[in-house]
Amino acid sequence: MSAERLAVVGRSVPRLDASDKVTGAARYVTDLALPGMVHARLWRSPVPHARLLGVDAARAAAMPGVLAVCTAAELPVARLHYGPAFKDQPILAHEVVRYAGEPVVAVVAESEARAEAALGLIDVRYQELPAATTAEAALAPDAPLIHPTLDRAGHFRDLSGLRPVPGTNVCQHYRYERGDLARAFAEADLVVEDAYRYPALSHHALEPHCALARVDADGVTVWAGTQHPFPVQKELAEVFGLPLSHVQVVVPLIGGAFGGKCYTKIEPLAAALSARVRQPVRLALSLEESARTISRHAVTVRLRTAVRRDGTLLGREADVVLDTGAYADIGPRVATKAGSRSPGPYRIPGIRIDARCVFTNNVPAGAYRGYGVPQVTWASESQMDAIAERLGLDPLDLRLRNLLERGEESVAGDTPMDGNMAEGLLAVARALDRGATGAPGRGRGLACAMKDGGGTHTVSTAIVRAHADGSVSLLAGTVEVGQGARTALAQIAAETLGVPFEAVVVGAPGTSLTPYDHGTSASRSTTLMGLAVQAAARDARAQLLGLAAGLLGTDPAGLDLREGRVGALTVAEVIRGHFGLVGGEVTGVGSFVPAQWSGSLGGATAFWETGMGAAEVEVDPETGTVRVRRYVSAADVGQAINPRECAAQDEGAAIMGLGPVLFEARAGECGQLLNPGLIDYRLPTFADLPDAFETILVENADGPGPFGAKGVGESGTFCAAPAIGNAIARATGVRFTELPMTPERVWRALRDARRGAPLP
Amino acid sequence: MTVTVNGERHELTVPAWETLIECLRDRLGLLGVKKSCDVQVCGACTVLLDDQPVSACTTLAFEARGKHVRTVEGLARGEELHPVQEAFVEHGALQCGFCTPGMIMATVALLGEIPAPTPAEVKHYMRGNICRCTGYQRILDAILAAAGRLAPGGRPRDVG
Repeated sequence: MSAERLAVVGRSVPRLDASDKVTGAARYVTDLALPGMVHARLWRSPVPHARLLGVDAARAAAMPGVLAVCTAAELPVARLHYGPAFKDQPILAHEVVRYAGEPVVAVVAESEARAEAALGLIDVRYQELPAATTAEAALAPDAPLIHPTLDRAGHFRDLSGLRPVPGTNVCQHYRYERGDLARAFAEADLVVEDAYRYPALSHHALEPHCALARVDADGVTVWAGTQHPFPVQKELAEVFGLPLSHVQVVVPLIGGAFGGKCYTKIEPLAAALSARVRQPVRLALSLEESARTISRHAVTVRLRTAVRRDGTLLGREADVVLDTGAYADIGPRVATKAGSRSPGPYRIPGIRIDARCVFTNNVPAGAYRGYGVPQVTWASESQMDAIAERLGLDPLDLRLRNLLERGEESVAGDTPMDGNMAEGLLAVARALDRGATGAPGRGRGLACAMKDGGGTHTVSTAIVRAHADGSVSLLAGTVEVGQGARTALAQIAAETLGVPFEAVVVGAPGTSLTPYDHGTSASRSTTLMGLAVQAAARDARAQLLGLAAGLLGTDPAGLDLREGRVGALTVAEVIRGHFGLVGGEVTGVGSFVPAQWSGSLGGATAFWETGMGAAEVEVDPETGTVRVRRYVSAADVGQAINPRECAAQDEGAAIMGLGPVLFEARAGECGQLLNPGLIDYRLPTFADLPDAFETILVENADGPGPFGAKGVGESGTFCAAPAIGNAIARATGVRFTELPMTPERVWRALRDARRGAPLP
Repeated sequence: MTVTVNGERHELTVPAWETLIECLRDRLGLLGVKKSCDVQVCGACTVLLDDQPVSACTTLAFEARGKHVRTVEGLARGEELHPVQEAFVEHGALQCGFCTPGMIMATVALLGEIPAPTPAEVKHYMRGNICRCTGYQRILDAILAAAGRLAPGGRPRDVG
């Protein structure tokens, strides 16, 4: 279908939720209340590693208004441990605490304040154990073993091949080899070897984690801010030993997620406490507690790359180490993806990759916008510029020489490159050149990267219901985290069905009524749920045309449904005419199931999500302050369903990506998180917005999604760090390998460079 | 104490330690006031106290006695959105929307003080309102557009 014939796809219609969000009428998880609801607060471990000896909760339990004080042993559950990769995380710490901040005791009381007050009366006795609080320490031969045994979760196909290393803290060792690496290095004119570090981060979605649970004769119902309602439903079913039909997870609007609300977090605890007190329970974390629940992996990337004098990449060795904290969460998949993307978007004949996901006594690390790709891209794309500099080549030319072209395989057997990366890279480079000032102290840099978009081996189902009055309900399990999914999916449904956009309503997912969806992550929803919605809408459309043909006594093949009409008949007239009632409806069902079940990541990549970025910076040598004057980002979206919201995803991702480049990082000491809250954890603000900031959408309608769409949302985060780092190197002659590039770090490096001393 | 909230007078008895956000959300049901950082950094709970923006998380309810509190719920007149709300919708200046009520109230305060702000003035004034989703550019565009709409003839200056 050509773009000009589309009615609503490709148009920047206003978001369906905009009006509610500007008037304060929008209701988020933290705004919900249940009749008879009581409140839970958590006593958290003050130490990173300890054996629990006993809990004296008598005084807390005796406080007026306190309903229950629970340790792990007192939770009425069939299984205490949960997790998407391994069943390694207890709902409350059991026998051992493995990180400072881990929940040990829960108090349920009539009010949040009462529960909080009772926490102070709890006495926990523990014996401290040696702790490993960095990945390096956890890899040492004498490191304490944080999980002596591991049970596989068995939830996800791509995780069935996990390789933990017994007797160590490595919970996943991803290895990939191809080609003749020894020959590549022997033939190389240049070998470049560097180590890059990316800091641990906090997600800090503005709405902290929250779950409300009601356990009664009907089973378990949880209202939660989760990106994965169906995997959480499965986890709860296992925790309580119930069939899936007796567990319902409902997800209203969420105030941001960015991966921090992927998979199960506090839902089993809220439900177990409700089962214990036989009343609905609300468990709302503070923002600081959310930072003690999940984090982004600190990563060290060592790259050794063999290059020919003309810039042709011959071989690469990558050693990637991720600090995954005390529980695996989805860290093993992050490690696999980080490892698999460490060659960058380039044609490299010889490759050996080792990526190790390492348990430490830190807050668990999990998914975060980009799944490890921003961390390895910081290394890989910085090193590309270092190579260009050593060979006297232009960084853009070096990339263009080695970029995968459309149809080339990155990994044998996986989906070949499905886009034109050079187009996006040239677009950002040209856009940056257009406004170049050449002012003193300024430098320009660029970067590009790719990631397996949409995840591997995921499934989505959708239902389109055309009602008797012509209005349409779309049942889709995609969670509205802010990305505008409900609007985009409604556009796909309206376009395919042939009804006005205004006729379509998309509700909040609830697992009892909404059909299965893998989850809202990996930039997959517009593409893969979009295919399910398109199939459901086609099904409903075919049925409506069939009914209309019956009414008109004609062949359905000659009929068309457009703007809510089949010829002279409205959709309402078709349905009512067929059923002979004021009621009745037409229900269309559609699914997306991947065609290929194999691939390096446990399934074929749905599409390649590519991102390109270019930055111009100004460095003040007196203070070390780096100011990003201009930033251009590009995303290949195939076909934009809603161009404005696509660009908005990319813009938001780019500015989010700016944080760890210049100032953002978790600070830890001896296993203690020193900056859990926003007083001393610096997020990007209005003041950090570049003077000129532009996003370019590449649209070649070459994606596998509806109308040629591909996902967007993560790619904007890939390139900010290396593009800015490369620009700083151009401006100052100094290359940084560790983030964030704070004024102090920059000032010291520039001072040392002036003195001719080695970098600190 | 007596407090006027969105034009309506309330006689309330509040404990000395109750914060304004607790009073507005839990007592008066104004759930558009969003609770996030608790430490007056993110601006999600921004409300106007006699037209001055304050973080409701670190303001005591008692401090609002005798004053007029305005929240996002008090902006629209029935179905008719306030020009700042309209501009946020038209410019796509929101995603998850959790920062939006505070962002809009801070904008109302800004435009009350500086009717035709420059982009630099907007960035400086609004630095206490954090948005994790949008990257700020569209919010900046919406604020400048709202300024133009609220001050006819006073088009935003295109400098800085």
